[in-house]
Amino acid sequence: MKTYDAVIIGAGHNGLTNAAYLAKAGLDVVIVEKNDYIGGAAVSRQLENGYWYSSCSYVCSMMRQVIHRDLNLTKHGLMLVPYLGTAAFGENGQTLMAYTAEGPAYNELKRFSAHDADAMYRLLADLDRYSTLIRKTLLRTPPDPGSFKPRDIKELMFLAKTFWEMGEAEIYEYIRFFTMSAAEFLDDYFENDFIKATMATPGIIGTALGVDSPGSAYILLHHVMGDVDGTIGAWGLARGGMGAISNALAGALQEHGGEIRTNAGVDQVLVKNGKAAGVVLENGDEIHAKLVVSNLDAKRTFTKIVDRDDLPPGIFERAKNFKIRGSSGKVNIALDGLPKFNGVPDNRYINRGGQAFIGSMEKLERAYDDWKRGKWSSDPFIESVIPSAWDPTVAPPGKHWMSNFIQYCPPQLADGPWTPEKRDAFGQTVIDKIERHSPGFKDLIVHMEVRTPYEIENEVGLTEGNIFQGELTIDQLLFNRPFPGYAQYRMPVKNMYMCGSSTHPGGGVSSACGANAAREILMDLKKPNTVPEDDCHDTQYNIF
Amino acid sequence: MTLNTTSSEDRFAGERLKRTPFYPRLKELNLREAWDEWNGYKFADHFYDTDYEYFCIRNQCGTYDITPMQKHLIEGPDAEAMLNRMVTRDMTKLRVNRVTYLCWCDDGGRMIDDGTIFRLGEEKFMLTCGSPSNAWLAKSAVGFDNVTITDITDDTAAIAFQGPVTCEVLKKMGLEGIENLKRFGIMTFPFEGETMIVSRTGFTGDLGYELWVPAELGLKMWDKLYAAGEDYGIQPVGEGAVNMARLEAGLIMPYLDFSEALKTVHYKHDQSPLMLNIGFTVDFKKPHFNGREALLAEKEKGLDYILTKLDIEGNKVAEEAILYAEEECKTEIGYVTSAMWSPAVKANIALAMVKPEYLEKEIWAEIYFYKELRPYRKMAICTVRDKPFYMPPHASQTPPAIF
Ligand SMILES: Cc1cc2nc3c(=O)[nH]c(=O)nc-3n(C[C@H](O)[C@H](O)[C@H](O)COP(=O)(O)OP(=O)(O)OC[C@H]3O[C@@H](n4cnc5c(N)ncnc54)[C@H](O)[C@@H]3O)c2cc1C
Repeated sequence: MKTYDAVIIGAGHNGLTNAAYLAKAGLDVVIVEKNDYIGGAAVSRQLENGYWYSSCSYVCSMMRQVIHRDLNLTKHGLMLVPYLGTAAFGENGQTLMAYTAEGPAYNELKRFSAHDADAMYRLLADLDRYSTLIRKTLLRTPPDPGSFKPRDIKELMFLAKTFWEMGEAEIYEYIRFFTMSAAEFLDDYFENDFIKATMATPGIIGTALGVDSPGSAYILLHHVMGDVDGTIGAWGLARGGMGAISNALAGALQEHGGEIRTNAGVDQVLVKNGKAAGVVLENGDEIHAKLVVSNLDAKRTFTKIVDRDDLPPGIFERAKNFKIRGSSGKVNIALDGLPKFNGVPDNRYINRGGQAFIGSMEKLERAYDDWKRGKWSSDPFIESVIPSAWDPTVAPPGKHWMSNFIQYCPPQLADGPWTPEKRDAFGQTVIDKIERHSPGFKDLIVHMEVRTPYEIENEVGLTEGNIFQGELTIDQLLFNRPFPGYAQYRMPVKNMYMCGSSTHPGGGVSSACGANAAREILMDLKKPNTVPEDDCHDTQYNIF
Repeated sequence: MTLNTTSSEDRFAGERLKRTPFYPRLKELNLREAWDEWNGYKFADHFYDTDYEYFCIRNQCGTYDITPMQKHLIEGPDAEAMLNRMVTRDMTKLRVNRVTYLCWCDDGGRMIDDGTIFRLGEEKFMLTCGSPSNAWLAKSAVGFDNVTITDITDDTAAIAFQGPVTCEVLKKMGLEGIENLKRFGIMTFPFEGETMIVSRTGFTGDLGYELWVPAELGLKMWDKLYAAGEDYGIQPVGEGAVNMARLEAGLIMPYLDFSEALKTVHYKHDQSPLMLNIGFTVDFKKPHFNGREALLAEKEKGLDYILTKLDIEGNKVAEEAILYAEEECKTEIGYVTSAMWSPAVKANIALAMVKPEYLEKEIWAEIYFYKELRPYRKMAICTVRDKPFYMPPHASQTPPAIF
């Protein structure tokens, strides 16, 4: 029987990135995916004729530009298009347009508060400064602070130096960041509640924290540290949906001779003499390989597909307690036409951006309260975008589809398990809210895909439906991700690695985890490193 | 006719730029008031945002007002012979309803301008180019009795309509059979009692067409096109966006990549088509044409510089960079003519004049860039590319993809 150099479990975008780099370095690799489609949470699916949903992730900003360039993803069909501003909806018919040009954006904020319009400049500069630090670490393996290996010491020094360059005052600010709530952080800038709420929403997306919970300030930063062509904080759409990213990575993988097997769920990792030696598929087939890489989250990897007896003591428990709470839902809606929203002018540009149904700071926190009680938010925060207003390939001409990301929706309900009826009731809550801002919206609906954490876990395999493959709190970041002592992509079983978002730098469609893991694997195999260094901190407009 | 209706009461009338037939629509859509000028016409640098407009070209479709581009009709029994003497390509090979890209040179083989020639009939050609060429055309016609040359720039309204969905929009506009038009082909359609010429040409490297009607029908054409493009994100694009697209396509731009020979003071500051790496437009197999001897001699002797496509490490744009053979900047080997960050291929790209003997060796760019008003310098290694930086398969596909 054939022995591959490497088998990668899961064809999420990180698994694909990892496999592509290993194949590019000359390894004989196979990637096995349980679904009949690839991409994991970066996927485009046609569930209604002519409409392509980005079923899970929907916008892109963290994707490492240097990987796009290095793997020639454009040749493999990838085109990332920045999208325009967002229309935000507050209480009592308030709307705030995030116009793209500086002047109009400033004027718009000034309608609400002259103070806050100025403060916005300071906020953006500060966010830029803080995010630069994280950006520099994205395509690097975190150091192990407990190790005295020269490379760990060197890497710690690099972090210390980058940190130091910020200046002393900023260092204290920065440390506070990881423990502050989004609300506290923004209180320092804004007086207007609606503006504050608008800026706070990136702090709660995908996390089981509220705007008032310590730690949500970092989540905010995580969502604004990306860029599109050097414009930091900008978000883009992948032409053809997020699946275009995974498909392009698959193209690169195949170009370098890698193999992809779908409908090939892994039941167990084969461990022989304490070393990973391949996988056993759900259908009983065995695939032998010299090393095994898991794209699954840490909890799933070590509680589901690795035998507990093959693990060193304590790892199973750690994995079981890995913080990976689901908190988000996704409702994808095929529409017969472009919806109109109250208070949004018939302006071709603002209508090609997104929508944010926010309410107020109070409403955002109340939405979280529902989650804590095991209910979906009765008045949720919804972040939406209509990709078809921009992308001619995802809906028939004149027709549209709307992506709605919902915060909050729990993985377990207080009143018993999720059922199709409860799922549909959740979907109803979402469209009721949109209808309030867009009279006639419901009449446009052609098809809906309602996804609670239950569906997300079952389809994509993200435990509890946590979008990041594990919370992004300080206890699970950098050298603590996924577990202290295992942040360098090598796992407690010999010849086994992890490459999913459970590893540094965490969730989001970035390809960084997969690329970092590939670099470590090549190092262990004593092969030359072919994974490029990041140049994100060197972007056009970035000042560091 | 001209549509330059400036009021006689306007004290500044003489100072103002002419307006193209599309001006009433352009004015409303130019939210940023970002105007520039081209051959005396008011002309948009951008309407909303250059990057946005660039992505319209790459992702959906955009209209670029090419009315200010110069258009000359060359007609008569001697038209073919006259052009064949003037331009570098063999005009006898250009079939009716086909377009070709070419250039023309002075006696020294230095390039005066590049442009396109449309063969509209056996004895009828349209030449388009960036700068006014009436004088040179007149000079070139000396000795050819049966040729008439007419400048139709002000009488023609023209739009370059570029992007992956353009064919679909033209179909919606009622242009039957447009999907069968091949690259550099021409079709004509009846339009409001006149003729609309449609060519599958453009300056973006993407799928695209150029639409030509008499000036007085310009607005009507605009409105029909915009109605058809409503669901396809149709958007006016300015020069900023087109300049980005053309650089990704590896196409040269006057005043950036070349200096027109007739307007250049110093002989070292203009270029030959061989230097500009458009040697494929120069046909030495045909009999005498302007500059032939000089170009042959240059070919024999070897070029001083050759226009080269560079992929530059990192992402600091190499605008105005000088090129060296070593990181220590000892041997100067060329200079960048245009440069940008390419959003399509995520690469730091440039066109540059490089001494040919250094093409196979290391090429370093000395780049100056700013961070919050402070200039910095960096040396970046360059890789030579043979193909256009962005060359999507859909651009050459016939029939184009359906949307
Ligand atoms: C609803 C939602 C919205 C999001 N929105 C955004 C966004 O807009 N922008 C953004 O940047 N990020 C977003 N994210 C986060 C982002 O999508 C993820 O962090 C990222 O896609 C994870 O990629 P990955 O490759 O690490 O893992 P995954 O995509 O989780 O890939 C894991 C793969 O393993 C497969 N698998 C699971 N079990 C097995 C098994 N036993 N055998 C074989 N294969 C198996 C799965 O099917 C899957 O293909 C969102 C996520 C969700 C869920």
